[in-house]
Amino acid sequence: MKRMKILAYPYSVWMAIFIVVPILLVLLYSLTEGDIRNLAELRFSTQSYERVLEPIYLKVIVNSFILATLSTLFCLLLGYPVAMIVARSNPKVRGMLLMFLIVPMWMNFLLRTYAWMSILSPNGFLNRLMDLLGLPRLEIMPGKTAVLLGMIYNFLPFMILPIYTVLSKIDKQFLEAANDLGANNMRTFFKIILPLSIPGVVSGITMVFLPAVSTFVISGLLGGGKTPLIGDLIEHQFMWEGNWHFGSSLSIILMVMILISMAIMSRIDRNGQQEKNGQSKV
Amino acid sequence: MKRILVSVFTVVVLLTMALTMSGCGNKVVLNVFNWGEYMDKSLLDQFEEQTGITINYKTYDTNETMLAKLEAGGSSYDVVFPSDYAVSEMIRKDMLLPLDFENIPNFKYVDDRFKNLEYDPENKYSVPYFWGTIGILYNEDMVDDPVDNWDILWNPKYAGRILMKKDVRDAMGASLKRLGYSMNSTNDEELRQAQEALIEQRKLVAGYYGDEIKDLIANGDAAMGLTYSGDFMELYWDEDADFSHISFGVPREGTNLWFDTVVIPKGCKYKKEAEMFINFLLDPDVAYQNAMTIGYPSPNTVALDRMRQEEPEAFELEAFWPDDEIIERSDVYVDLGEYKSIYNQLWTEVLVD
Repeated sequence: MKRMKILAYPYSVWMAIFIVVPILLVLLYSLTEGDIRNLAELRFSTQSYERVLEPIYLKVIVNSFILATLSTLFCLLLGYPVAMIVARSNPKVRGMLLMFLIVPMWMNFLLRTYAWMSILSPNGFLNRLMDLLGLPRLEIMPGKTAVLLGMIYNFLPFMILPIYTVLSKIDKQFLEAANDLGANNMRTFFKIILPLSIPGVVSGITMVFLPAVSTFVISGLLGGGKTPLIGDLIEHQFMWEGNWHFGSSLSIILMVMILISMAIMSRIDRNGQQEKNGQSKV
Repeated sequence: MKRILVSVFTVVVLLTMALTMSGCGNKVVLNVFNWGEYMDKSLLDQFEEQTGITINYKTYDTNETMLAKLEAGGSSYDVVFPSDYAVSEMIRKDMLLPLDFENIPNFKYVDDRFKNLEYDPENKYSVPYFWGTIGILYNEDMVDDPVDNWDILWNPKYAGRILMKKDVRDAMGASLKRLGYSMNSTNDEELRQAQEALIEQRKLVAGYYGDEIKDLIANGDAAMGLTYSGDFMELYWDEDADFSHISFGVPREGTNLWFDTVVIPKGCKYKKEAEMFINFLLDPDVAYQNAMTIGYPSPNTVALDRMRQEEPEAFELEAFWPDDEIIERSDVYVDLGEYKSIYNQLWTEVLVD
């Protein structure tokens, strides 16, 4: 088995070339100014970090965090019950339900976002349906509601799947024991199921929040570009303005913020684990 | 022994990857980098058959993405299609090779008014490809005022049904022109006023979009939007659907007159073959077929005359053939130099409320 380690060498070289070096380059660009094509002539400078602190960019960052937090919250509220339904359904149905969740993910997310555009647009599918039913038209696209909807739709499976995995592994005997001891469903849920599913919830939150906070394109298409997010701002720096230094420092700031949120989440997770271990010892 | 095995294995795997990615060979392969949906693809086959040169065709969606790709290096292109101001920027940054017009005899078919333009004053680097304007694409059923001025994009009557182009130059340009200034203004006071007007307009604007504007208006999702004349022409030539209620207005105050060109960037491996390809594009038959497919007026005199015979109605359309008066009052974008980042900053402030 140890010999198989050889197989990992190309991967580590690959990682070094395509992950570590680019990140170092981003760090380098973020801390310098000058012609990006001429590495030798770059001068040290913190001016691009100073620019991040301008109110207009802070606003973009705050907006991104609010939207990401909201979509994570909605994904959790929607995803948890769905995960429970899937985990409790009989195996045949379960396979099919999981398929329904996963199949849309086989399609490119850009394509799915364009599909949402034609559903939500003022003269789109949804409003034609409202007309047919004689209901007033909805004006959600372009707008923040549509952006939020698009984000929730795109990231929901990342919330459901980890929670489902954890829930389906909970030993049924715990639930039976709780019932035998006279706990009602409510009590069983809050005392047994919820605490045991925390690891799934934590990884679900991480897996939704991270792509949500760094997402771009969705806000451009569904929000009509009126709520640019930090991802859009970074794209704009590289693709339009050609200001790699500012784009890089935005990327580094985003990375640091993501790392901090991950550290917080893993701490919550670890506390949860310890508590659980403590309980089982008693 | 084990160490040797490991390094051999690693090298073999990486080499295989490198080889499969580069796909090397002795055959001449021209890397052509063009705007999306901006050439009749059957012409590429025709060129390959005639010359035995293989064409590797890639596309982009804005001058800025193209410039970013070229500046980042790592990939070499032989033929690229930048617009006017991007040509000047590329000349300034020393990114282009001068063309050898000995190899491009068909340049004689190019209308003289498209030669020696401001972006390439001595016409050393570029050959015109197509030209057009920006203006207002609108739905006649949803707009009952004449669409012949920039002010209509600021008309509160159409609040929530106006789309703006998500493009620094076009948005700032429209705002500057509306105030009577040049679309290339580098006067701080004028720029401030233009930005203020765009911020004012923001609450009327449903959204800022790129290529989607055409589809949103064709679908009845918005009443009007700022976009390229070519977007209208595409709907006009569409044979599968009826878009007769969609029109295009070119503001009387003047607009942006744009020229897309063909150039050879530095780093080109097959300059002679690239010039052959440019010459091929200027061949009257090829230019005619290409223009008929894309729907823009050709700068090629012979091809244009043939278009005029074939599609006389198109020449009645402002989007296809704007009045000389409007052209007179219009601006061709020039490279803004250091003002590029000022424009960008002002524009970002408009988008982030």
